[in-house]
Amino acid sequence: MGNRAHRKGYDGVVVTAPVTIPYERYSPKPAHWWIGRALKTLSTRSKLEAKDIDGLSVSSFTLFPDTAVALTQHFGLSPRWLDHIPMGGASGVVALRRAARAVAAGDVEVVACVAGDANHVNSFRNTLTAFSRFSQDASYPYGSGGPNASFALMTRNYMNAYGVTREDFGRICVAQRVNALSFPHALMKKPLSMTDYLGARAVADPVHLFDCVMPCAGAEGFLVMREENARALGLPFARILSTTERHNAFPDDPIQYRGGWALDKDEFWAMAGVSPDAVDLFETYDDYPVIVMMQIEDLGFCGKGEAAEFVRSRALTVDGDFPHNTSGGQLSVGQAGAAGGYLGLVEAVRQLTGEALGAQVENAKIAAVSGFGMINFDRGLCTAAAVLVSGGGDG
Amino acid sequence: MVDALKPPKRKDPLRYTRLPLAPPGARSRAALRFTARAAEGRLMLQQCEACGAFAYPPRDICGGCWSDELRWRDIPPEGKLLAETTLHASTNVYFRERLPWRIGSVKLAAGPVVLAHLHGDVREGDDVRIIARTDKSGQGVLMALPAKETENMSDDKALRALTCDPKFRRVLVTDVRTPLGQAVVRAALTAGASKVFLGVAREWTPFAGREALYALENTEVTPLDVTDGTSVSEAASSIGGKVDILINTAQYARPGTAMARRDVVTARDEMEVNFFGAMRLLQAFGPAMRGRGADGENSAVAWVNLLSVYALSNWPAYGVNAATQAAAHSLSQSARADFAGSGVKVVNVFHGPLDDEEHQPLPPPKVTPMALASGIMTALKEGVEQSFVGDIARDIAERWREDPGLLERELTLTKNLE
Repeated sequence: MGNRAHRKGYDGVVVTAPVTIPYERYSPKPAHWWIGRALKTLSTRSKLEAKDIDGLSVSSFTLFPDTAVALTQHFGLSPRWLDHIPMGGASGVVALRRAARAVAAGDVEVVACVAGDANHVNSFRNTLTAFSRFSQDASYPYGSGGPNASFALMTRNYMNAYGVTREDFGRICVAQRVNALSFPHALMKKPLSMTDYLGARAVADPVHLFDCVMPCAGAEGFLVMREENARALGLPFARILSTTERHNAFPDDPIQYRGGWALDKDEFWAMAGVSPDAVDLFETYDDYPVIVMMQIEDLGFCGKGEAAEFVRSRALTVDGDFPHNTSGGQLSVGQAGAAGGYLGLVEAVRQLTGEALGAQVENAKIAAVSGFGMINFDRGLCTAAAVLVSGGGDG
Repeated sequence: MVDALKPPKRKDPLRYTRLPLAPPGARSRAALRFTARAAEGRLMLQQCEACGAFAYPPRDICGGCWSDELRWRDIPPEGKLLAETTLHASTNVYFRERLPWRIGSVKLAAGPVVLAHLHGDVREGDDVRIIARTDKSGQGVLMALPAKETENMSDDKALRALTCDPKFRRVLVTDVRTPLGQAVVRAALTAGASKVFLGVAREWTPFAGREALYALENTEVTPLDVTDGTSVSEAASSIGGKVDILINTAQYARPGTAMARRDVVTARDEMEVNFFGAMRLLQAFGPAMRGRGADGENSAVAWVNLLSVYALSNWPAYGVNAATQAAAHSLSQSARADFAGSGVKVVNVFHGPLDDEEHQPLPPPKVTPMALASGIMTALKEGVEQSFVGDIARDIAERWREDPGLLERELTLTKNLE
């Protein structure tokens, strides 16, 4: 069981047509509207109609009482392959890898992967209140701080363990804001200085205002299909070199300081056939900067506990030597529920296909994307990552 | 060190009375069992019978070996505070109006890491003592206290939200004509009550200990006869808005089973006090207390019922009386629903036969009025909703928990009674 050399690649499968439905802080529109508009935009971009899209993968927190099943009727789709992925920040990568397998196996031709969420004035509170049984029983009654509280404890523990300062986290947030200023859909439109960052009000010490994402409404999507189909449709695309997914890794860690990536990173990079050094841009899941540091470490960009030094020594902006969260990430664009788990992947595909909406990473060939999701009681359970390569050039 | 609580200022009657709010109260069925034990002040976690691992949060299947044999066990209250945070924002209105609020991750000696409320005197890295109590929603929660007693420890705001400490609160003792009632008055004053209302039935007739009782400072005589609806209503309209803790000391007990008595006259008297008396008090005083569950430092906080432990399982020596106590116990359970979410705890203090004239022929052990009064104050300070005072009450409680059917046979098949 230990030898994973038999893992098959994703040859001939591509990801294409990255789309975003521009985010809104609050909107009365339901999740169905956001997901439906993303589907429409995917269709417009690809010139594919409902009858051509035979696979659908949906992620959303606010569809209740519906699931992906009800959406087939709502949207007039008759898919032969249907998936509903409730993995929050890991949804994008997981949707991609499942869809890619199904396309490679011939079970389905074209999968529309969509994540979208509503954000009514009460949505965020309602989502938190009934997030999970363990959270309801053992986390929410303790101050109802939501993920801020969970991440505050993780951040505190991580800072204590590795001598990390708030300023180190600030480097991540400040650089992302620089990236966001050229990204048209970012909800944060003002520059953020280190002074602003450090001076922000405390939310759940040591987590302060600019360590937190702003909940909003929005949707993201992409298509997964065979390369020949993408070429026939004239769609620029990226290929998938490697993916990984792991849930509830290291359950005995008293407080989470690493994620499932650390368990699988060797196999992950071996499958990709490249090393972290080869990566031109890295899109992490950034609901809080501490989890960005964990992804940098656990995916092998530096050793454990060295991420603070890493972000001190590297430039994380689009024009820097380590372009990171090139659209501004959720910290600056906003967190549209489950679409937050798609944001980095959609941005990576744009960068690799030369379609960046904001600043373009020069000669972007290889991108790493990682996802992290679902705080259940005290920690995030879902981790996932993918390495994508531009479809052009040697493709 | 936590700042000492200051005596609350006299309230401006025109000021808005803050409505009672509650922390999130939704729980799984497994977690409700934690609540049931926390209400007794017991710190219990599930332990897997198959692999021995302790589980938290409560679950249905062991996360170590998938056994469903999870047994609730008392665990040592020791732990270490690994990390803490101070919340400055909350999505819940109860916490929102109490910010900043501290919570932390505590590694229990039993194994699991839990989230817990933090006492003001504990710091990251400290060894802590963990308690389980019900919060204002009525659900069980964990709190980390300093490992050793600190100054003003019980004045901590997060702890005081879980307890019913009489300090600076106003207490109504419904019947002070008895040695029990008088012991409760004195114990409440010693516990720091700012005022004790002395409920006196038939005030025009003297009773033993009256002069000494009336001479106590911070007391106020209140005519109150629990068998008389008008009297109870009048008392409630006079002091109902000022009662933070109500301790119902009115009791009526006579020996005998149904067949040992010739009619229902005595039983009616017992019901008038033990059941209808409690019901009249609930109807007259309950609504005002329910509305004052968040009324500052001296918010309404506890409704205390004194119940014979034989309310749980009948003891034929006082068979009919035990039946009236069972009725009163059942009423207290429905009162829990009445007070749910108000921040007022229904505290049932079970006791064995009292060392008083009503139980004069019984051999020891019997509960002295002072012991019961002190047991009540302990229950209030600890914030438990169920307490057993005295050797007999604890013995019966243990046997009742173990097997109610067995206890019933033990108590009623008299051949077993040596």
